[in-house]
This record gives sequence, C-alpha cells and structure tokens, in this order.
Amino acid sequence: METLEALKETAATKKTQTINGSQAVLEAFVAEGVDTIFGYPGGAIMPIYDALYDYHDKLKHILVRHEQGGIHAGQGYARASGKVGVVFGTSGPGATNLVTGLADAMIDSTPLVCITGQVFAHLLGTDAFQEIDVINITTPVTKWNYQVTDATEIPAVLAKAFYIAKTGRPGPVLIDITKNAQLQQFEYEGYTACTHIRSYRPKPIVRKEFVAEAAALINAAEKPFVIFGQGVILGKAEKEFKAFIEKAGIPAAWTVMGLSALESDHALNVGMLGMHGNYGPNVLTNECDVLIAIGMRFDDRVTGRLDKYAKQAKVIHLDIDPSEIDKNVKTTVGVWGDCKETLPLLTKLVDAKAHTAWVNKFKEYMDEEVKEVIHAELNPVGEILTMGEVIRNLNELTGGDSIIVTDVGQHQMVACRYAKFNKSKSNITSGGLGTMGFGLPAAIGAKFGAPDRQVITIIGDGGFQMTLQELGTIMQNEVDVKILILNNQFLGMVRQWQQLFMDRRYSFVDIASPDYVTLAKAYRIDGQRVTKREDLHDALSTMLHHKGSYLLEVMVGKENNVFPMVPQGCSVSEIRLK
Amino acid sequence: MNKQEFTITVYTENHIGLLVRIATMFSRRKINIESLNTSPSETEGIHRFTIVINEFEEVVRKLARQIEKQVEVLKAYYNTNDEIIWQELALYKVSTDEIAEKAKVERLLREHGARAVVIRKDYTIFETSGHREETDKLVDVLAPYGLIEFVRSARVAIIKASHGFHEKLREFEEAEPGQEQIENEFLNKQDSVFTM
Repeated sequence: METLEALKETAATKKTQTINGSQAVLEAFVAEGVDTIFGYPGGAIMPIYDALYDYHDKLKHILVRHEQGGIHAGQGYARASGKVGVVFGTSGPGATNLVTGLADAMIDSTPLVCITGQVFAHLLGTDAFQEIDVINITTPVTKWNYQVTDATEIPAVLAKAFYIAKTGRPGPVLIDITKNAQLQQFEYEGYTACTHIRSYRPKPIVRKEFVAEAAALINAAEKPFVIFGQGVILGKAEKEFKAFIEKAGIPAAWTVMGLSALESDHALNVGMLGMHGNYGPNVLTNECDVLIAIGMRFDDRVTGRLDKYAKQAKVIHLDIDPSEIDKNVKTTVGVWGDCKETLPLLTKLVDAKAHTAWVNKFKEYMDEEVKEVIHAELNPVGEILTMGEVIRNLNELTGGDSIIVTDVGQHQMVACRYAKFNKSKSNITSGGLGTMGFGLPAAIGAKFGAPDRQVITIIGDGGFQMTLQELGTIMQNEVDVKILILNNQFLGMVRQWQQLFMDRRYSFVDIASPDYVTLAKAYRIDGQRVTKREDLHDALSTMLHHKGSYLLEVMVGKENNVFPMVPQGCSVSEIRLK
Repeated sequence: MNKQEFTITVYTENHIGLLVRIATMFSRRKINIESLNTSPSETEGIHRFTIVINEFEEVVRKLARQIEKQVEVLKAYYNTNDEIIWQELALYKVSTDEIAEKAKVERLLREHGARAVVIRKDYTIFETSGHREETDKLVDVLAPYGLIEFVRSARVAIIKASHGFHEKLREFEEAEPGQEQIENEFLNKQDSVFTM
C-alpha cells in the first residue's frame, strides 16, 4: 500500500504539460531506456524528426541508406544487446521497405518497435502522396501493429508496443502514426510502462506435473538428447541451460538460431542440427530414446522429412509459445513456459548422470565427419582457398570472443559450422527467413548494441551486393565493423543445389562482382583482397587490428560445396557426407 | 480422419484490424472460410467471432492456437457440430400477387416455420432460421413461385458446454494470473472440445 505522503508526491509530480505527439514518442523512448534509433526521414515522419532535433543528447539516431538497412540494423542491435531495437521510417515506400525486416524479425522472434509516419488522418484512403495501408500490409509479419490518429493515444500505445515486443516470445511491433497526431498538442501526464494486457499472456503458468513427467522420462532414458534453439538466448537462460545438461549429462546440439548459447568447446556441445549440421546430431536424432527440445520450433531445415523424424523417441518440448508445442512434432510431454523458469525446475528433478557411452557415440560420428569432411575443409592442401579455412584462421585470431554476423548462403552455413563462440548473443544471422542482404546492416546494429565487442560480418558476394549501400552508414558514423567477403563468384548455395539435384544446369547463379576494395575505398573504408593461402592469416590479422571498419575480400573456391547435407525431403539419418 | 465442419469461436477485444489479422490465419493456409460472423458477446467490450470451416481436426487445433496467440485475442475454442447449437437466418423476397393467388404457398411457409417480415403491394419478405439444409429447402420450395431475392446470414453458435465468458474475463483482467487458472489444461487432451 502506498502511504499518503507517497500518494501526495505522485499527485504533485503528475502535473501535466503540453507537448505534441512527436515529443510523446520520444519521451516514451527515453522512459523505455532506448539509446539508439535506426531510421530514415521523409515527409510523413518529419514532425518526429523535428522533435528528435531537441533530443540528440538523449537519443542517438543513425541515418541509414535504406529502410531495409535500418530495420536489419535494429535487428542486429536487438540480437547483440538483448534489448528492443527501434526503427523509424516514413510512410509509403519507407514503410514497405521495412516489410522484409519485419518478416525476418517475426520468424526469428526479434523484439523491435518500428514507427512509421503516415499521411494526415483526413487523407487516409484517398491515395494521398506516399500513402500506403501499412497496417494491413504488415499484419502477417508483426506480432502487433496499430495506427495512431490521435496524439493522446501515443503514451499508452507506445508502452503497449514495448511490452508486447519484448515479453513472451518476442517479436516486431509496428506503430503507424498519422502526421496530424505527430503535430497535435495535448496534455501529457507522463509515461507509464505497460505491465499487463488482459488479452495477452506472455508468461504462462508453469505446470509442475508436466515438469515432473518430463524429469521422469529423462531419468529413465538411456540415450537422451537435447536440442536447443534461440529460446535459451531470448530467455536469458544460458546458465540454467548449462546447469541442466551438465547435471543430467546429456549431449546437446543447437539450431542455427541457438548457436552461441552454449560455448563451442563445452564437452556436451555435440554440434549443429539440420540440413548442413553435423553428422552425429542428425543421425543420432533417429537413435535417441528421449529427445528434449528447448526453445526451438522444429523448422523443416532442422527436421528434414517429418514422418521419419525421431519416431523412436519420446519427445519433450519446452517452449514459451504454446502454439509451437505439437505444431510440427508430436510431443510426449509439453512443458509450456519460460525456460528460465522451467529449466531450474527440471534440473532439480533430474538425476545426476554421465551417459558416457552415449556421448562418446557423438564423438565417433564427429571423428568420421572430421576425416571425411572437416579436415579437408579446414586444412585444404590444394591451391584453392576454402571458406572453412578462412573461419579456422579467424577462430585462431579471435579465440571465439567476437560477434559474428552472417548473411545467407554457403558462407553462413560454413560460418555457423566452424566459428567458435565463448559467449552468448554472439551469432547473429537470418535463420528463419533466410534474408540475403541481412549481414552488413545487422552488423552495424550489432556494433551499436554491443559497442565493446569486436563485430565481424561474414558475407557472400551475392548478399553483399544486396545491401552494400550501408557502407555509407558505416562511413558517416565511423562504425567499427569488420567486413569479410567470401567471394566464390557464384550464388553458391543455389549453384550447389543445381549441381547436386539439377544436373549442373547452372541457371543464373554466375554473379559478377565489382572491385570491392575500390568500392570500400570510395566510402573511405580500408581493405584488401586475398587470393593466396600464405596471405590469409596476416590479412585477417590486419583486418582485426585495424582501427575502424575494414573490408577484406577473400577469393575462395568457385565450386566448393557445403557438406554434410540432408537433401530436401530426406530424413536426418540420410545425411550425406559428400 | 476426414475433413469435417468445425465452428471456431473466438473472444477478442473490439479493435480495428483484428478481422484482417484473424482472416489471414485462414487465407495464409489456403483454407476457405465457409461462414464468418462477428458480434458482441455476453460480456461488454468483448467481441465474438464465429467462424465455420471444413478441415481436419489436426489443422483446426493448430489454427485455434495460432489465433489465440494474437495479442488481442482472449480465447479461441473449436467445436464439432454436435457440440454446439447453431442457427442461420434467411430472408426470402417473393411477389405478393403470387402468394395471394396461391393458397398453397401459405401452407408451405407454415410448414417451414417462416414468418412475414414485410408485406407490400408488390412484394413480401419472409424470414426463417435454422440449419443450412432447412433454409435451403425453403429456397427450393419457393423457387416455382418466383423467388425474387434470397440471402442467408453467417452461422451463430452457442457452445453447449460453455459457461460463458464472465469468469474467464475476470481471470484475464488480473495482472497476476491466479494459481487456479490453468492455461494449458488441455495440452495433453487434444481430442477434447477446445484448445488451450
């Protein structure tokens, strides 16, 4: 109960002041602890940018070169910092340019609050200049969206937006604000953070009996296997996760989105799942007796053919999103809840075990994979450079302490397979949507989200050419991002499929590149190009020790493939080593 | 298991844009909505969607969960036809002359439980309610007498086992959910009447 004095005090401080809608937006940001906004101005969002002029000491705004770059930067920021990414765009094309990023954030559960300007309310529906029905366009790709036409709504709507974006299973929220609402003066009573929406239950009650059932299954298991995803990172439950697998002695494999939640060198980290994952985790998915899925959603790239996926196993699924349980894989026990809460409960109930023989089985498969695939990829003897050896050299130099931001394609799979990580929130990539062009802008955002960490973005020659305009953002804001282009002169992943499944009919995958080093120079970014093995290590070292941003282009084998591979439509146990 | 008719009942906040958000749940999966009705519910401020689709139960179960996941949706239930009481309303416009001349029509209307809503010199409008087959049958019956216009409403349905939404809403309004509120009670009883 509040004391009378406290109540009086609240009443005294609750003096209203007259501000406009734009200021209310920025006041909400300050109250929510936002420090960086990625955005691009335009006609319909000008009042907010005008207000921003007076907030430069409280809010940093990064002018990007394209709204897609802005939203990917927001995603990179959110993923590196664990906070909500904030993005500005104007109406019409500004808003439509956000759509890819929204879809990416939606499928990868990234918390974002995007503000778009909108034409005056009286012009809605008239095909006004730069008018687009952004609410309906973005409905399927947002966790929540809302159009504000009256400034008095702004404080409460923004509070709701931040609450929805970051709680439960996080996701992107878009708030569209008409220009009249941005300009409208109103009596502002201060900002109150949102803590409850009656139709929204982000934190489900943990059902202890299901936790107990899960524990009983685990205790009776001889070959238990943990597979984990980004839920562990989003739930900030890395410690709880480690405590669980260590006590129960269960080998754990990760999805691309779960990478870095458990350090690479951990004895129970048995590698990557899915299409280009490791040999053991894929094959042994179909041999384990209890499969424990934690904060992951059984994406088709992870499961391969569903009717031949882990059919022998009892499945335990821990997830905060009830609609994920039983969506793709039928569970024996579903434990709905935040894994930060459910994992310690489970750890308490499981017996301390080692499962040595079972863990060794993963090692045997790994030995075979090393012999058949990994050794040649990381230590090639031929003249041609491989992507794998670039990553190996990078590991030797970073020791696994850097944030690695990848784009999409072969280089992404190679980086995920071979990059070492000591710390969580270090692998930032477009997992679910597979958005080429994600890497460069996301790396910019990651640097702002984690300014004290080294940020390296690894990008293919295809993806880099999709968003390379963001070099301008790097230049103007002096963003210390190391850009590593692995150039195989092909759209490599598509080429690999055409080679393996389409009789080498290389249809429009041969892509020409500009001189990236000269291009970087035009943006006043230093760089170099490496074609020979003897120069590789030094070049990487130069890049990492360079003050400020740097671009390193490495020419790698044109027709190298990523293996192992679970061909589409095949079971995980049909994984191919070559 | 075959496709069958399911009625999905969704309790929501009354917000602009929610109709699209819910409709895209279906269109995204290329599922045709047979009938859709939105109306107030017994609880003030709470809206109620009644949606009829033909689908496999497995699909409907997942759909209901996805719908319920939407921020402004409070609850989504799905039921087979034997778990609900439902009605559809139909209006029929016929020529008054035709009706007046043929006494047989009057008897037919009586048999089908129709009543006149409007009687004018030139036309008469009858109304009936019931299941699809019942309202359809009257169309067939009236066709020979020059049915000028026909329209049928969406299905409205009441779940037989439902206790209404007042209590549920009270729970939802609590910032901290009480211990007695068990959200995933039906997680392991998927064949039961409703989802989560």
